[in-house]
Amino acid sequence: MGTKSKMRSFLAVAGVASLALTACSGGGSGSTAGSNSGGDVKTLTVLDSYNNDPDKSILQASIDKCAAQVGVTIDRTTVPGKDRMQTVLQRSSSRTLPDVLMLDNPEVKDVASTGALSALGDYNVDTTAFAGNSLDAVTQDGKVYGAPVPADTLGLFYNKDLLAAAGVEPPKTWDELKAAAAKLTKGDQYGLALSAAATYEGSWQFLPFMWTNGGDETNLDTPQVKEALQLYVDLVNSGSVSKSVINWTQADVKDQFVAGKAAMMINGPWQIPALEASPNVKWDSVQIPINKAGQTPTAPLGGMVWTVPMTGDKAKMAKAAEFVQCTGSKDSQMSLGKARHTVPVRADLHEEYVKEVPTMKTFTQQVENARARTGKLGKDWPKAATTIYTAVQLALTGKASVQDAFAQAAKG
Amino acid sequence: MPNMQRINRESTPPVSAPRNTLSARPRFSRENVTKALFVVPAAVFTVLFFGYPVVKNITMSLQDYTTKTFFTGEAPWVGIKNYATIFGSNLFTPALLNTALFTLGSIAGQFVIGLALATFFKRRFPLSNFLRSMLLLPWLLPLIVGSATWRSILDQDSGILNRSLEGLGVIHDPIPWLTSPAVALSAVILVNIWVGIPFNVTIIYGGLQDIPEELYEAAALDGATGWKAFRNITWPNLRPVVSVVLVLGVVYTLKVLDIILGLTNGGPANATQTLAVRSYQESFINFQFGSGAAYSNVLILISLIFAIIYLRANRRAVDE
Repeated sequence: MGTKSKMRSFLAVAGVASLALTACSGGGSGSTAGSNSGGDVKTLTVLDSYNNDPDKSILQASIDKCAAQVGVTIDRTTVPGKDRMQTVLQRSSSRTLPDVLMLDNPEVKDVASTGALSALGDYNVDTTAFAGNSLDAVTQDGKVYGAPVPADTLGLFYNKDLLAAAGVEPPKTWDELKAAAAKLTKGDQYGLALSAAATYEGSWQFLPFMWTNGGDETNLDTPQVKEALQLYVDLVNSGSVSKSVINWTQADVKDQFVAGKAAMMINGPWQIPALEASPNVKWDSVQIPINKAGQTPTAPLGGMVWTVPMTGDKAKMAKAAEFVQCTGSKDSQMSLGKARHTVPVRADLHEEYVKEVPTMKTFTQQVENARARTGKLGKDWPKAATTIYTAVQLALTGKASVQDAFAQAAKG
Repeated sequence: MPNMQRINRESTPPVSAPRNTLSARPRFSRENVTKALFVVPAAVFTVLFFGYPVVKNITMSLQDYTTKTFFTGEAPWVGIKNYATIFGSNLFTPALLNTALFTLGSIAGQFVIGLALATFFKRRFPLSNFLRSMLLLPWLLPLIVGSATWRSILDQDSGILNRSLEGLGVIHDPIPWLTSPAVALSAVILVNIWVGIPFNVTIIYGGLQDIPEELYEAAALDGATGWKAFRNITWPNLRPVVSVVLVLGVVYTLKVLDIILGLTNGGPANATQTLAVRSYQESFINFQFGSGAAYSNVLILISLIFAIIYLRANRRAVDE
């Protein structure tokens, strides 16, 4: 092999490499090439973030049912939840978005505003059966961009044995909460556990108190919001809540509760399987306590949403919409809700659902009154969420007074 | 005759030889092409994997680069607005200060402990090789696992560190390692020192192996042992290695992200925010890729200064 032929093969390799690079950088401008592959759609690609069992296989069963109903096979990819948005962004710039995409509900408006999602109304998907609060998170400029899967929210779990031993009733008001938490704090055991971490998880846990008291994310510098923060500060300063909560995730909170180190906790129904796995902890749940008589416990609405990305393939997009329509059906919502301890987002199912899953009674009521995080602020929600968790951290560490915490946090 | 020719050729002045070769050979001679081929792979690699990202990062920091950009490809030019935003942010100065403290504290701790351990392991004793390889463990452990473990070790109420200190009677009240803004940065530095020790020990131990044993033997005859031997033989001979360890250590430590995210996520109350954390949070939590790129450019600039110091120090060493 002479130098000449070596040179030639080198050039060939270099040529291929540069071609590959141009192919990679192809994404970016212009609209997608609409390659209509005809009405005969056989497979749909699906991307979701239920990457661990049991959720992964539970969702698979639900997907398979709808796939059979609309007559397609499914090519499913799962990514970890924290990588979801990065994957979506990468795939939208390389024009490889899946036919059906699962997003977390606060992400929908942001992604829809980029133009990457198609409105379900364009395919005559009927979304009227969904509860209004669940649609708030997925409606942008009057158009609905996603079909919510059964939802979750936050409530107050309590350890029945510990409360009975201390002669404490599950608290219904903030005063009762403070008194109960103080009474339940002794030795190694704290009265209450919650997450006040420097993440969106911390903001999400603060919302039930803030919203129940009439606070609003459009203006955080109000007495209603500050009263909720004062409650946090009182609970931590009195020693009823560990100072470590500013570093606890909701999983840590659950661990503390299961270990008997917290008599009550703020957490969501997705922890129920873990709680049921430790039968020595007898637990029940109530709604978030209210501050004053007449208030309604209002927690944030959590849960995923099925969307139909703009892939450019019209036939596939129509088929994907059919699939998404199916996931909103009574049957699909009911079976997925039962399997995952999540509440169907159709009011017409709640009575039957509570009958079949009695442990979800509190959370079903809580979901009915829950609020979507992006309902008012849309894609500006992350900024408010950052301000909220920062303010909570400033106040709990004594870096700012309750009065100043939100103003200081907002300066970022 | 052949002999004569050889002598003639050898007697031509060496200076003119290269010029002759140049003028005699065509530009695309086999030799020149071969030379170029040696350079091309490195050049292509550098341009693709260093040049492109750096240029992209700089242009990104001058654009309004958000989630929308990924779908539409449009990133409006905003000039230095992103830099104005980050310099004007309340978090910039604390983040810069924390970055400096974090880097200084980590490097000092890692280096001193690393040097002590490397000197210690220079002596051979039973199990010394085994113990030395065990030291590499923090390096082999995924950082996210390491930081999760440390988070439970440092827990204020039930963490094993506070429990042990209380049991030993060293402290009476639990130390709020990760929950007090006054202590959290020190705790994070502590963990980063733990992570950095293997790197320091490995490189310094390698450097110690290169110091000839005869030097110590000769010095011992003159009565220089122990600390004297270290000061007069080990330290001067170790200098080139030390400069590598320190400069690489600084560059690695500046960009540390996973440990802080795993331990405190920048909290409590922003007490452990560094430039790297700010860059990550702006880009991948708030999806403000423009500001995120601006933060990371500041970080790149600081690293670059240390890289230049390193190169100059190295060049001086070679000149010597």
